Amino acid sequence: MVLDERTERIIGILSDSFFPILKAGLYFTVPLTLITFALGLILAFLTAIARISGIKPLVAIAKFYVWIFRGTPLLVQLFILFYGLPSVGIILDPFPAAVLGFTLNKGAYSSEIIRAAILSTPKGQWEAAFSIGMTRAQAMRRIILPQAMRVSVPPLGNSFISLVKDTSLAATITVTEMFQKGQQVAAATYEPLWLYIEVAFIYLLFSTVLSYAQSMLERRFDRSVAK
Amino acid sequence: MIKIDNLFKSFGDIDVLKGIDLEVEKGKTAVIIGPSGSGKTTLLRCLNLLEIPNQGNIAIGEKELSFHSGTKLKSTEMTSFRQQTGMVFQSYNLFPHLTVVENVMEGQVIVLKRSKADAKKRSLDLLAKVGLSDRAEMYPHQLSGGQQQRVGIARAMAMDPKVLLFDEPTSALDPELVGDVLKVMKALAEEGMTMVVVTHEMEFARDVADQVIFMDEGRIAEKGTPEEIFTLSTNPRTQQFLNKVAR
Repeated sequence: MVLDERTERIIGILSDSFFPILKAGLYFTVPLTLITFALGLILAFLTAIARISGIKPLVAIAKFYVWIFRGTPLLVQLFILFYGLPSVGIILDPFPAAVLGFTLNKGAYSSEIIRAAILSTPKGQWEAAFSIGMTRAQAMRRIILPQAMRVSVPPLGNSFISLVKDTSLAATITVTEMFQKGQQVAAATYEPLWLYIEVAFIYLLFSTVLSYAQSMLERRFDRSVAK
Repeated sequence: MIKIDNLFKSFGDIDVLKGIDLEVEKGKTAVIIGPSGSGKTTLLRCLNLLEIPNQGNIAIGEKELSFHSGTKLKSTEMTSFRQQTGMVFQSYNLFPHLTVVENVMEGQVIVLKRSKADAKKRSLDLLAKVGLSDRAEMYPHQLSGGQQQRVGIARAMAMDPKVLLFDEPTSALDPELVGDVLKVMKALAEEGMTMVVVTHEMEFARDVADQVIFMDEGRIAEKGTPEEIFTLSTNPRTQQFLNKVAR
């Protein structure tokens, strides 16, 4: 069978670009996702604790932060950090700017997930913990959080997978992650359709692996949660 | 062991406790009965500060607390007061992420700072006592309601409380499971545990109580020996209530 010239050319471009794009994924997309997710979780956790602490200034700060970062587009936040801040003398490299932007954004969203999980733990669990003489902090650490963790694994997993895809926005602030790489090749070869399908396919690859990891994690945590 | 003076509690506009005076001696069992909404459970929950009274006095053991409107208790004060009592809940409230034996160990290790080995030994002894030795490594959801409630009793006992509080411990159970729980409670009473029990089990009250307290509309309408309440009472509210439950 003889392939026509154009098909041969496309196959050539796709196979030549596959590993460079995958490499951009492994060098930028994956680290960006993992670092941001870890930092975002820490920020989310602190924010959730602040929200339910009942200490007025902390509650106000947490609410304000969530309000701002949930209420504005991620793309705009990235542009403010990368293109906006230099005009007041704060210059961030692309990668740190992306990490900061995604962390702040993910922290705001995930804090609501964690807060909801903590609040969903039945009141009886607090009371049982108090009845055996625990302090609030002990009850939170030993009884409430372990249960809230289990509740929040599925929604946090979802937000993790959506983060993988969101990192493509980093291309707009010149991070050479997968999408950026794909754009470069597409521009050089004039084959945007096939190139972007290839990029989409690699994203799909990453999120499929992550979905699988998520379901493994869920199975591990699948002990009963109080009714 | 317990002395309550002139205790008041309201939720918003609703007065739930309207001046409760009550004493329970060491080693005795007091059973609180009464229609729903009469304040039985609230009174019990005041004893371990799950509800904070608006006014009055509660003394348990050597510790005494006075309440006034606007009293803010220190958390250390609250925990040390609470540690004198153990509580068994209507809905068991076992910790679902811990095994049965871990449920019983948790407070001993975290609050009493016992070593894990000591806590485990004590827990297994208590589980044997409530007839659940073979369930130690299971999770609560793998147990029947009656078994869960017996774990709840073991968990409360593990803290060596001066007083055990029972909040309708059999109300959520299937009828055929009630007996095992009551048997454990009766054994504790006979061993000289001081207990305050809110229940609808009149048989248990008649059988085990040293003192029966009939509550109605936030007050103690009548109290006395089981015989005084169940047989000799001339109080019309008491009789009306007993007739209703008997039916």
